[in-house]
Amino acid sequence: MKQSIFVQMNESLWHQLEAWLDFQDLSRKERSKRQAEQPSLDFPETYRHICHHLALAQSRMYSPLLIERLNQLVVRGHNRLYSSRLHFWHRLVEFFLRELPRLVRQERKVVYLAASLFFGSFFSMMLAIQIQPELVYSVIDGEQVAAMELMYDPKNTSRFGREREADSDVLMFGFYIRNNTGIGFQTFAGGLIFGLGTLFFLLYNGLVIGAVAGHLTEIGYIQTFWSFVAGHSAFELTAIVLSGAAGLKLAEALVMPGRKSRRLALLDNSRIAVQIVYAAATLFLMAAFIEAFWSSQAIIPPVVKYVVGLSLWALVLFYFVRVGREQRV
Amino acid sequence: MRLDTTYTVNTPEGIALELSPAGPVPRTLAWLVDLMIRAGISLLIIIVLAFMGNLGLGLAMIFIFLLEWFYPVWFELRYQGQTPGKRLLNIYVAQLDASPISPAASVVRNLLRVVDFLPFFYGFGLASTLISKRFQRLGDLAANTVVLHKSLPVLNQRDLSASPEPAPLILSLPEQQALILFAQREATLTPERQQELALFTENLVKNKTDPAAYLRSLASWLIGKQA
Repeated sequence: MKQSIFVQMNESLWHQLEAWLDFQDLSRKERSKRQAEQPSLDFPETYRHICHHLALAQSRMYSPLLIERLNQLVVRGHNRLYSSRLHFWHRLVEFFLRELPRLVRQERKVVYLAASLFFGSFFSMMLAIQIQPELVYSVIDGEQVAAMELMYDPKNTSRFGREREADSDVLMFGFYIRNNTGIGFQTFAGGLIFGLGTLFFLLYNGLVIGAVAGHLTEIGYIQTFWSFVAGHSAFELTAIVLSGAAGLKLAEALVMPGRKSRRLALLDNSRIAVQIVYAAATLFLMAAFIEAFWSSQAIIPPVVKYVVGLSLWALVLFYFVRVGREQRV
Repeated sequence: MRLDTTYTVNTPEGIALELSPAGPVPRTLAWLVDLMIRAGISLLIIIVLAFMGNLGLGLAMIFIFLLEWFYPVWFELRYQGQTPGKRLLNIYVAQLDASPISPAASVVRNLLRVVDFLPFFYGFGLASTLISKRFQRLGDLAANTVVLHKSLPVLNQRDLSASPEPAPLILSLPEQQALILFAQREATLTPERQQELALFTENLVKNKTDPAAYLRSLASWLIGKQA
């Protein structure tokens, strides 16, 4: 069949599909604005026809321009036909109530490794400072140590003596979200440099946080410091560990790809890692909320803060250990 | 050896789609456009919210955090793989098989942007785009995505106007295709260039006064135009 006859016979079908695809690309608002009606078309069937036309045009070596035009139609149709339907809310609930805790248990190797790196450096620094107090200056410089002491000084009433204004709580909320979650994301991304970035962020954060806790405990600011951090510690420290675990998962693909190619291993592992990152980001958000609106409330007695803090730790552990297991029959 | 950068993907319908990945230059330009848009929005947010004191600053920080990390994710998922910068440069992000980018892939490629940015100004990213076959930066490799040129609308399929004339010898299919394409691209070539190209066919246009016009007549005949 000659090209011009082929075009003549089929062009109307191509126009129909074009019109239908154009309509699908419009947003809901534009549709109502232009009062566009959905063109009636059996999309899958028309799409298959046009795939057929493209194949014919290619094998008969019609003009490259015609082939290109059909190719574009097929690409657009392909994207439309194979785009995934999202059941967003259902997927969300399913993710947090089943898949996520299961995934974390399944990946417990990297989670334990990240946790031991982070908590290992945290506790060793904290204990070391009880024995060698001046060690704090090896990771934090003197000015910052002084600022920190001022902030948690029990005699200092500027912060803990009275209520902070509500609007500065919001300020701190924004600050914690931006700062902490950003660090979490970097910890994850650092996995792509063979895990070196992740390793650095886990150890560095462990040492600094350990130094702060160790120093303030050692000089006796126990109540002000520990009652402040108790509330958000469960969410925040877990979030750091999970970011690290996600980063290590990326690193695993590059360092020990096993029998896969590095490329394929990276694809598979990043699919898992990104879900752990979702969990870490959610936890960072919750931690920021508690830190800004609960931990800073001086009016709440420390005992209550300790109890709440411990219950939140229990909750986090329960979530990751128990949730999503099928009932035993 | 293949010189161009296109690659093909086979669909379930048995069709080979031809795709053309975008190189570092359009991608950098698109990124710069997005950077300016983001900077503009951040500035606007800060100016507006600064009037609300600490409350406003807190909100501004949340917005800026979202802009920093999720601006590309939002646009890639919402607008068929195109951030405003990419839209301007006519490129888009898709999965390697040209299907629309998935939410997880978009998050992965945009969070890993930090690593592509190392050691300074997209050093790793550039190295990776140059080494990988499909101009993928590290984030793209991990997310299985690729940045593609959105093909321009096809040149008008003008009907060939020349009166048909049968070919004097048997032409192979690629030769026929070349002639038809030559005729269809008439408007994009200068008359001198047309003559110059036409002369490459040597024997076919021997003794013709206007080689280009003659080839166009052959093309009309080839596509089946009636005299």
